[in-house]
Amino acid sequence: MDIVKAEKLKYEYVQVDEEGNEESRSVAVDGVDLDIKAGDFVAILGHNGSGKSTLAKHMNAILLPTEGTLYVDGKDTRDESKLWEIRQTAGMVFQNPDNQIIGTIVEEDVGFGPENMGVPTVEIWKRVEQSLKSVGMWEYRGHSPNKLSGGQKQRVAIAGVVAMRPKCIVLDEPTAMLDPNGRREVIRTVRELNRQEHVTVILITHYMEEVIEADRVIVMDQGRIVMQGTPREVFSHVEELKGYRLDVPQETLVAYELQKAGIPLPNGILTTEELIRELEKVKQTHTGSQRTQ
Amino acid sequence: MIREITIGQYYPADSVLHKLDPRVKLAATLIFIISLFVFRSPEAYMAATVFLGAVIYISKVPLKFMMRGLKSIILLLMITVVFNLFLTPGTAVIRIWRLQITKEGIVTAVSMAVRLIYLIVGASVMTLTTTPNDLTDGLEKALTPLKKIRVPVHEISMMMSIALRFIPILLEETDKIMKAQMARGADFETGGLIKKAKSMIPLLVPLFISAFRRANDLAMAMEARGYHGGEGRTKMKPLVYKKRDYTAYLCLLAYLILMFLVNRLHLVTGLLGI
Repeated sequence: MDIVKAEKLKYEYVQVDEEGNEESRSVAVDGVDLDIKAGDFVAILGHNGSGKSTLAKHMNAILLPTEGTLYVDGKDTRDESKLWEIRQTAGMVFQNPDNQIIGTIVEEDVGFGPENMGVPTVEIWKRVEQSLKSVGMWEYRGHSPNKLSGGQKQRVAIAGVVAMRPKCIVLDEPTAMLDPNGRREVIRTVRELNRQEHVTVILITHYMEEVIEADRVIVMDQGRIVMQGTPREVFSHVEELKGYRLDVPQETLVAYELQKAGIPLPNGILTTEELIRELEKVKQTHTGSQRTQ
Repeated sequence: MIREITIGQYYPADSVLHKLDPRVKLAATLIFIISLFVFRSPEAYMAATVFLGAVIYISKVPLKFMMRGLKSIILLLMITVVFNLFLTPGTAVIRIWRLQITKEGIVTAVSMAVRLIYLIVGASVMTLTTTPNDLTDGLEKALTPLKKIRVPVHEISMMMSIALRFIPILLEETDKIMKAQMARGADFETGGLIKKAKSMIPLLVPLFISAFRRANDLAMAMEARGYHGGEGRTKMKPLVYKKRDYTAYLCLLAYLILMFLVNRLHLVTGLLGI
């Protein structure tokens, strides 16, 4: 079943002056059709201003569509009576780790969501333990969030969402403010959650390396979905991606340039190992063909 | 330098006082302060001294920390003492030029000083043995009855705990902005008071903007995690009275009775003696 489904979703940011008159109007999301299956790991890529964050905020009913509809687990986000159910179904992790941690102690922050849901105390503690363990932060439960690294803070934030037992987690550029180590930490955590707990993950990012392991990649530009497919399919179109001001992973780029220079490599190489393997193959056939001559 | 500031003055130690329910400590502090002002005989002060001394001893917090709080009121204390000493009418003891120190003046000055010192030390005992978080939790629970007259108790305590969480973050940010401006030649150290105050303006503007941005983000994050006020909310760490809390309440009651009796006693001896 589709966990998130958008139909002709459109969102406009309207700027008003002091008297409430409309000053300007900019379309952030422009007629997006989307369906995401439960249990998938979907990455949404896009340059700044492509509308990917706006789209993400719809999935948690923080923003409501100007036109069109968005269903989360079959519920229309415009239905106010279902607002809290929707927020429980689709948890959201934001960009800045400092601005989304509410508790003064790690475990208290993780308990914040369940507290809001009215979960009984004993159950809260169980959930806090489970979710902190699932992100590998259980040893830090008594620490102050201020003393953690960026990657650790972001993992705490993820634990806070996991403790609400959502079916789907939307991560809005969770790694944008982190160093490479923190980025790896967070992505590894998210991937494990997806594989082991079968939580649907929607990862919004502009780092190409993070989307390699996704089941599906969606590329957005100017509020529209412009490309869709497996990472391999999407990264085969290097020139098109460049047109959307997106870079491809380094390995893909090297392979692409080599291809252009006349070396017969397949399209859509994603990892270093893959590149080496393919180059070995080329080398073998090349030396092989030399010998026959 | 700016990061060394700590919020509250919690002194971590393993004592009964640290483990007590914050509501007990709040009540005790309140009762102690009131008792200082209601019972004003020398005997009552002695009883209060014994009580305070015992509490400080149990708390395992070094006396030095208790006295730290006094620094801030030293000026107030001096003014109170001087005014009471010279301006209370009564039988003169010493006369210097036009000023006179009276017997009544000495008595009021000393008792005022003792009261003020005990008040500060008493409150310090509470803040030194209770984490700011416990304190807000205790306040929320203790003030719950006020909800009936529409005091937003939960919201106030939520605001307090969020403020506590963000103070270190904002301090760090101030430090960052200061350094960034110092790197571009801003001068925060030299000059008089007015010049220093003026040099703070370029610091405050970016700080405010970022504080608002943070507030906006935080509000969104809280909503995303299902926060919708105190209604229907459960607690991860609910405050429940334990045996030691009841014992503490009993001790508090004993203290009150003792104060009352001691005070009465004085009245009786006073009537008989003088």
